[in-house]
Amino acid sequence: MIKLFTLKQQKKDGESGPDRGKRASAAQLRIQKDINELNLPKTCQVDFPDPDDLLNFKVVIAPDEEFYRGGRFVFSFKVGQGYPHDPPKVKCETMVYHPNIDLEGNVCLNILREDWKPVLTINSIVYGLQYLFLEPNPEDPLNKEAAEVLQTNRRLFEQNVAKSMRGGHIGNVYFDRCLK
Amino acid sequence: METEWPGRWDHLQKIVERGGPFAHPDFDPSPEILSFLKETCKILVIGAGGLGCELLKDLAFMGFSDIHVIDMDTIDVSNLNRQFLFRAKDVGKAKADCAAAFINARVPGCRVTPHYAKIQDFDESFYRDFHIVVCGLDSIIARRWINGMLISLLRYEDGELDQTSLIPMVDGGTEGFKGNARVILPSLTACVECTLGFYPPQINFPLCTIAHTPRLPEHCIEFVRILLWPKEEPFGAGVSIDGDDPKHIQWILEKSQERANEYNISGITYRLTQGVVKRIMPAVASTNAVIAAACATEVFKIATSCCLSLNNYMNFNDTNGVYTYTFEAERLEDCLACSNKPQAMNFSEADKLQDVLTYLQENSTLQMKTPGITTSVGGKNKTLYMQTVKSIEAKTRENLKLSLKELGLEDGQELYVADVTTPNTLTFQLRLATTMDNS
Repeated sequence: MIKLFTLKQQKKDGESGPDRGKRASAAQLRIQKDINELNLPKTCQVDFPDPDDLLNFKVVIAPDEEFYRGGRFVFSFKVGQGYPHDPPKVKCETMVYHPNIDLEGNVCLNILREDWKPVLTINSIVYGLQYLFLEPNPEDPLNKEAAEVLQTNRRLFEQNVAKSMRGGHIGNVYFDRCLK
Repeated sequence: METEWPGRWDHLQKIVERGGPFAHPDFDPSPEILSFLKETCKILVIGAGGLGCELLKDLAFMGFSDIHVIDMDTIDVSNLNRQFLFRAKDVGKAKADCAAAFINARVPGCRVTPHYAKIQDFDESFYRDFHIVVCGLDSIIARRWINGMLISLLRYEDGELDQTSLIPMVDGGTEGFKGNARVILPSLTACVECTLGFYPPQINFPLCTIAHTPRLPEHCIEFVRILLWPKEEPFGAGVSIDGDDPKHIQWILEKSQERANEYNISGITYRLTQGVVKRIMPAVASTNAVIAAACATEVFKIATSCCLSLNNYMNFNDTNGVYTYTFEAERLEDCLACSNKPQAMNFSEADKLQDVLTYLQENSTLQMKTPGITTSVGGKNKTLYMQTVKSIEAKTRENLKLSLKELGLEDGQELYVADVTTPNTLTFQLRLATTMDNS
């Protein structure tokens, strides 16, 4: 047992060493591990605008098959001090015609919200995002119109995706060109 | 003001000035213990809310007279039912200031020093001065932060912990009729980070449910909070939601109501809206009283050494009758916070970062593959080198050619190294010989 009373008689005399500055937080140490061990497929790229800031970065996904082949989609990641108890905040910065991503860039991916677990990593999220482009899921729509088209007319959906990526209108929404 | 009167400390003297069947076997009764408690022992209370008010009252009456309290919040009218150091006239004022003023006026001889601030506003030199830290917080992030701070204050001599650098942390938490109290001896018993899994995950609804298939009034409120607010920015661009601003809540309430009507959902009220937006947990005054009393007792036990401390985690639940259970939370062998004892690493100022990298890869006990190295300068992260991420590698490659001195690294500086060969980021402490010593 620690006998604080006897020990603390000795304290209080400023003999304490120099300030080393606060140590890196557990969240910071954990994200460093996540980042150092990113193991991404060649279709995904991660970019750090400021290499000293490992908590804010971009992930670029450029699918090489299926509907979104040839497109280039940028996601912003914001990791908070609550990590990994809380998931990072992820937004899609590229306007995309996709059943699970709305026009404001909100992404409906289960592990970003209700199914997040601290054992998951940044790598798992990037794989999750990549999967959304390979298998858009019309059952859980965020962009309802796109989801309905995918469900009723796959051919039209494919055309709409291609058109949006070249830059053009789908209905009355204009999509910027996002081809590589 | 009269601060001493006959019999004032009778009850405490009975405990600290004589032994007894329940006293700790090594306990050494003496009158000095009481004077230590009254004159020397410096306590930090974090949070002046539901638990904080109880803690301050308990500790002050127990004889502790050098108490500091930190709270970043102001008093809301809804606090008054249980945060009994505050009155209606105090609404809008800083909790820390009002709580301190109340105790100082009410308990003769007690000096409570308030800090209307965030815990992150203070550094090591502030925290190092306390004997014991006791927390009544409602945030996991704040708990992790103070836990990390107390661990970073630990000092080692020849690999042995210098026990005078250890500051025990007593932590209480409540939610409705449930609560817990625990004692953390940093690096000796389980810390906040070791038991992070104890905290329940925040309840988040699937985004697609919120967007298209709401079934609950909460779904409608979350729709407005997450999707509608950023789109409409009703109070100007970039203005985020202030859960204490009635105009904000009113707007969210009205929009949620519209949405609820659309989907035939009922039950949207102002109270529910604010509850969802601010993620308000129900608070029960009696639970706070019980948990704070348990925490204050632990502070007393640690300060006087009269009894063994709680070992080390107590759960309390009075939903049906009263249930309590105490168990020993175990340390996590690879805890990122408390098992990450810095390992020494010797270099000279003239050595290059490349030499550190080579050392990490070639040292026989480390044998790392692709170590990523960072450090912390003035509390901010600095990435020294990371080869696994192309964009970082390109921007940090030049560092390899720089000497440790040129990189601004100092003797005693901590380096954080992540590598596939270890489950966690490791901490190294740089021992730097000056070039002169070396020649």
